[in-house]
Amino acid sequence: MKEVVLEPVSQPDCGLVAEVISCDVFAGRSIREIEELEVYAGNRRARLGEFFSVSGSAADSAEETRIVITGSVEKTKWIGRGMSAGEIVVEGSTGMYTGAWMKGGRITVKGDVDSFAGMMMSGGEIEVHGRAGDYLGCAYRGEWRGMRGGSIVVHGDAGTEAGHCLSGGRVTVMGRAESFAGVRMRSGLLVLGSAEPRVGAQMTGGSIVVLSPAELLPSFELVERVSSPEVEGVRFEGVFEVYAGDLAERNAKGRLYVKVE
Amino acid sequence: MKLVLKNGYVYDPANGIEGEKMDIFIEDGRIVEEVKGAKEIDCSGMVVMPGGVEIHSHIAGGKVNTARLMRPEDHLRNVAPRGRNTRSVCGYSTPSTFLTGYAYSRLGYTTAFTAALPPLMARHTHEELHDIPMLDKGALTVMGNNWLIMRYLSEGRIEHACAYAAWLLRATRGYAIKAVNPGGSEAWGWGRDVRSLDDRVPHFDITPREIIAGLMEINERLSLPHSVHLHPNNLGRVGNFSTTLETLELTKEVKPSRERQVLQLTHAQFHSYGGDSWKNFSSAAEEIAKAVNSSDRLVLDMGQVVFGDTTTMTADGPMEYYLSSLTGLKWANKDIELETAPGVTPFVYSEKSPVAGVQWAIGLELALLVEDPMRVMLTTDHPNGAPFFTYPKIISWLMSAKSREQVLQGLHSAAQKNTVLGSIDREYSLQEICCITRAAPAKSLGLDSKGHLGVGADADVAVYALDPEKVDPAREPEAVERAFSATAYTIKGGEVVVRDGEIVRVVTGRTLYVEAKVGEELEREIMRDVDYYFKRFYSVNLANYPVQDVYLTSPHAVKVDAGVR
Ligand SMILES: [Zn+2]
Repeated sequence: MKEVVLEPVSQPDCGLVAEVISCDVFAGRSIREIEELEVYAGNRRARLGEFFSVSGSAADSAEETRIVITGSVEKTKWIGRGMSAGEIVVEGSTGMYTGAWMKGGRITVKGDVDSFAGMMMSGGEIEVHGRAGDYLGCAYRGEWRGMRGGSIVVHGDAGTEAGHCLSGGRVTVMGRAESFAGVRMRSGLLVLGSAEPRVGAQMTGGSIVVLSPAELLPSFELVERVSSPEVEGVRFEGVFEVYAGDLAERNAKGRLYVKVE
Repeated sequence: MKLVLKNGYVYDPANGIEGEKMDIFIEDGRIVEEVKGAKEIDCSGMVVMPGGVEIHSHIAGGKVNTARLMRPEDHLRNVAPRGRNTRSVCGYSTPSTFLTGYAYSRLGYTTAFTAALPPLMARHTHEELHDIPMLDKGALTVMGNNWLIMRYLSEGRIEHACAYAAWLLRATRGYAIKAVNPGGSEAWGWGRDVRSLDDRVPHFDITPREIIAGLMEINERLSLPHSVHLHPNNLGRVGNFSTTLETLELTKEVKPSRERQVLQLTHAQFHSYGGDSWKNFSSAAEEIAKAVNSSDRLVLDMGQVVFGDTTTMTADGPMEYYLSSLTGLKWANKDIELETAPGVTPFVYSEKSPVAGVQWAIGLELALLVEDPMRVMLTTDHPNGAPFFTYPKIISWLMSAKSREQVLQGLHSAAQKNTVLGSIDREYSLQEICCITRAAPAKSLGLDSKGHLGVGADADVAVYALDPEKVDPAREPEAVERAFSATAYTIKGGEVVVRDGEIVRVVTGRTLYVEAKVGEELEREIMRDVDYYFKRFYSVNLANYPVQDVYLTSPHAVKVDAGVR
């Protein structure tokens, strides 16, 4: 594996659109060529090298390429967009849309991710050691067919609407998820350390597991009480109440597991 | 500007020319007998046709914009940055205005009519048409649920109904009378619909049958260039073909005032359904085609379905609500006060769905079973059956039984069992394609200077890189699809606007509308009622309602006076 190191030099006041920070784009390019990649600072076209000092070297393939960003880049958006392989490690925090449309490979963020991380993802892994903003693992605006594969793990809390329109894959928030987690979810698995009200609103399929007692919408109906269930291929220890919902929707087949002991 | 299109294979059914190698001469935006010293364009080995005429496409207006707002995910499917001559554009089933113009022009179209103009939305609609470049444009004014129309007709005041319709056309800068689910969209205001021609419209002493017959009578008394353009009741309902046939029967009582049909059955596919439940949903295309074959008072456009993700939008609120409750997808209602009630919802036509498979077959069956290609028009009811971007594919299906068979094999078995498409071996010729995309819509609309290449016609021409001596469309559907996907040249008003599929020049088309003269005394009488309705019911003042010419690009009034006094 070869490594390209991006050391943040400055961040614009407005967002930096940098979907070029992806192993697919870096692979086969020289450091010089990587510096020249096009980014947008607001509506100004610029070079990646203006905002990062670039060192190391990229492999010929995305699989063999690792990108390390050595600090926080909260204004940098679209890191790893559509990436199919390889690895990105961010020592600090990232801006919006981290790993959107990601197809494969791995992104590790040691700090926080802003909103829309893992949007429309279909494969690969995202791990966030800090917290996530709103719309973690969501569908694109207006879309009802959301993330359909891959896995997102957030060690901290997440904002509103985590797993919005989830249509496959797995999203895990070890901390607390704000309101409307799993809204309009269709399939896949959403695991939450704890959940604010209206979890699973309008869900029609898939499973949500909440690892602590939760306040549910009245349109969820208690089905049974189980211990140490296996949900979508994953075993969860403890006693859970299983609810069906969201029965406000037609033909809803969603399952909501709430840990009670 | 002078131009000669040299040596192409010319297709011009209105003038009896079929694939003859000849030159077309252009001067000052018109086709002429001959010009000297003109710029020559070599069209050898290519097909030359009149510019395409789109007769029914939802390209501008309130619900089109509602759909754009509702479907940001659709914008993302088709995005292009600013080009040398073009603006940045986006959208597939809800394309932006500029993209609409560019894309039609690339397909060889030079004229397009937006399918439904609710009067109260007229200014907005024209503002959008204003931003559609490359095309001559027009709009069909929706009248089938209009309070005053229903009132005059129910009171038997036909002259007043005529005068009001004429005023509406002028006020909206509309081109023709459109009716959508007559009576049904008004009933929707009360949470209801009408399901037969003889249901009564709530609070109006009238039935759909009386509205449709009345509108046809108005249309012929005014002698408008186009006929009534009808989206009948029960669109999309299982077994609706009997309602459609009953509706078509009404034309027997109507005497045409011009040499054209008295009714256009629009997006006929959606109205040709047999069966009595979704389980035995079947095609009734044969029955509908039979009715059209036996009457010169009828034409239809296909409303073809193509598989994929699209957006449905009609002035038929109850139907859209019904559809969204079947799919569970988002929907929007756009109530238009005293006039109509459109709805919008996304829809995915899936090859695996038995219903969508049958729908796909019905559109093609209609085109293949109606014998006279001058009575059929290619439409997808854009974007209801599919976006208009799919026209080249549909053309290739019509020209090749083999390509239809290939699709049919991949569909749910219902598409084979419940339709007769597999047994039809008719294949369209280029001349017939020219009819259904140009000559027939131009004739139906009464556009004398469009849809043909005779002397005096508008110099709107499409040149396709397809050599009819070398390519056999029946065996090479892909070559046909490719050629029709982007013209070698599109010529609009005598200027080359597309070359090799690229927009080389952006032009602004004309806006066509109809001014029908009625007696002054009659007009004063109806204006008293109009005035009262505005004061009593409308949310806007009468003065803010009519469209002024400033909203239009190069306004062009088609004037008629049939002596209604
Ligand atoms: Zn339509």
